[in-house]
Amino acid sequence: MEKILYLTQVEPGGELSSFALEVLSGAGRLARDLGCELAVGLVGAKADVQAAADSVAGCGAAAFLAVTGDEFAVSRHATDAAAFEALARNAEATIVLAPGTSRAARAMPGVAERLNGRIDSHITGTAITDGRPEVERWFYRQRMMGRLTRSQRPWLWLVDSGVFDAWEGEAGGATLEALDVPLPELRTRVVGVESPAAEEQTIRPDAELLFVAGAGWTKKQADGSTHVKEAETIIHDFLETTGASLGSSKSLVDQAGEGQEVISFMSHMNQVGQTGSTPRHPKGLATCCHGEEPHVVGWRFIKERRAVNLDPGCGWAQGKADVLYVADAFEVMRRVNELLKQG
Amino acid sequence: MSSGYHIVVCGSLVPDPLQVLEPVEGPDGPALENEMMIPAVLDPWAAHALYEAAHLAARTEGSRVWLVSIGPRARLQQLMMSIAQKVPFELVAADGPASGFTDARETAAALADLIESIDGLDRSRALIFGGRSSASRDAGVTMGMVGERLGVTDQFLAVDKLTVEDDGRLQIMERIEGGRYLVSVCQGPPLVCAWSTGELPEPPNNPQVGMQNMRTIMPALQKAKPVQLDAEGLSYVTVEIPKGKRDTRIERNMGAEDIAREIVEWVRG
Ligand SMILES: Cc1cc2nc3c(=O)[nH]c(=O)nc-3n(C[C@H](O)[C@H](O)[C@H](O)COP(=O)(O)OP(=O)(O)OC[C@H]3O[C@@H](n4cnc5c(N)ncnc54)[C@H](O)[C@@H]3O)c2cc1C
Repeated sequence: MEKILYLTQVEPGGELSSFALEVLSGAGRLARDLGCELAVGLVGAKADVQAAADSVAGCGAAAFLAVTGDEFAVSRHATDAAAFEALARNAEATIVLAPGTSRAARAMPGVAERLNGRIDSHITGTAITDGRPEVERWFYRQRMMGRLTRSQRPWLWLVDSGVFDAWEGEAGGATLEALDVPLPELRTRVVGVESPAAEEQTIRPDAELLFVAGAGWTKKQADGSTHVKEAETIIHDFLETTGASLGSSKSLVDQAGEGQEVISFMSHMNQVGQTGSTPRHPKGLATCCHGEEPHVVGWRFIKERRAVNLDPGCGWAQGKADVLYVADAFEVMRRVNELLKQG
Repeated sequence: MSSGYHIVVCGSLVPDPLQVLEPVEGPDGPALENEMMIPAVLDPWAAHALYEAAHLAARTEGSRVWLVSIGPRARLQQLMMSIAQKVPFELVAADGPASGFTDARETAAALADLIESIDGLDRSRALIFGGRSSASRDAGVTMGMVGERLGVTDQFLAVDKLTVEDDGRLQIMERIEGGRYLVSVCQGPPLVCAWSTGELPEPPNNPQVGMQNMRTIMPALQKAKPVQLDAEGLSYVTVEIPKGKRDTRIERNMGAEDIAREIVEWVRG
């Protein structure tokens, strides 16, 4: 009989992110489908963890386990791994599900090793066949999809966002069982989080739209000159009025290292694709991107896709976008901005 | 006292990103069609780790850089032809699969064994580098398990910057959600750093570096021991390329005004 443990860190203030709630509903569903027990394991500051447990008191968990303390509240491998390991051991879990946050993604591989278990990450779907759990994940950076199962336990799952609907249900009073976990040696001090200033923050994971800029924005245009400053203004205005998240092709962000004039608010963090990110948004608009394969894998989880490119032979024309507008992105986006401002 | 870092970079070959890949059922589970023929590159994020390693070593006297690779020997040899001229390193190799369908834990165990076998590696000065995830398995878990097996519990994932502070401490910036960085300071080696893009462009080829590297590369390839990665207990039910080619509407003659209106409607809709 399997025993399922759902694990997550708690945000300051006692909140569970919507991503965390999605994976909780996936864990609950798995436990129900397998007819086995679910435990919840939370890590964070004491008051925050109690509030979080109360907020999901109605999730059907047989136990709420916690590792609390100020040192466990911060994102650091040594403490996160110690906390997750203790929770998994205490719950005697055979399958552990955690949202694939940066924090869990860093800590869980080491935990798998300590537990002599196995781990799969970037899980995008789950199934049960003949009573046997299976997971779906992509291989070769979003280029092929595999479904697999494992005989070893414990089996740790890092689940991607957007796979399950967020858990919704009754809050209440959860009885927390706090585990006493000795602090490991602390050789790393967490300084803090560095965010770009709000107006420069162009990566917005919750945005409805992903706007992807390609190297065409900085290339010579029909008049024989480049117009990088104008491109910058157009893109900036569009992001401001729509609240879209900004993505980039590799070529465009690489130009910074090549000493070319670049779009100032863009960095490698914006890059989507094979060596960039694979964000999830309901819509995506690609402009001045050629749409080659390493770029296209960055679009795997974008539902509706449109593109503006001068070249009808652009990679998007080959069945990857829903609409390809063969046009000058400067002209089109300038007008788009005007129309958006008119309301 | 000896000084400098002993930097171990874990990285192997992956299919060139521009190649079309087709999964096939091989004798030992899924594989790629013509896998041994597909042009390969050094795994991109591991390549960034290698450039960062070489850059740090060049600025810190007494440092050494090893590249630890598991891959089919002949293919590793081809890969070395393309990267040997980039930066100075010593190769440590094992002859085994570089497939995305191998199990990360077995790969991690084999990598940790290779690292433990490195002659002259001072583990107290070790910086264990690699990519944040491979372009083959794309799991992002191997480096964490390598570190754990080596007893290194200061680990960092998706690193873009490592700065040596005046007192020798190491400041590390990791990418986290929402385009932000987590900044941490570690007392010093040993640590594990799984790199994102870092900050360095791909170095140009330098034939002198290539000649120097070749002195260790060829013996390392000859010595490369076979490793068995069986993916024990792991069964693939299916592996397939998603169908779903989109029926693209191509608008060649629509004016900018009409396109703009359509886009605005779609964005708002
Ligand atoms: C190891 C490796 C990893 C890679 N990883 C990634 C990755 O993660 N992400 C990624 O994106 N790429 C990646 N690539 C690169 C990828 O193969 C392409 O080279 C890159 O995506 C092309 O970028 P681009 O489309 O912006 O630029 P270009 O290929 O230069 O295309 C520019 C486009 O802009 C159009 N254009 C110019 N002016 C206008 C205008 N006024 N209006 C409309 N259109 C205009 C042109 O028609 C052209 O199609 C990788 C490559 C390698 C080798």
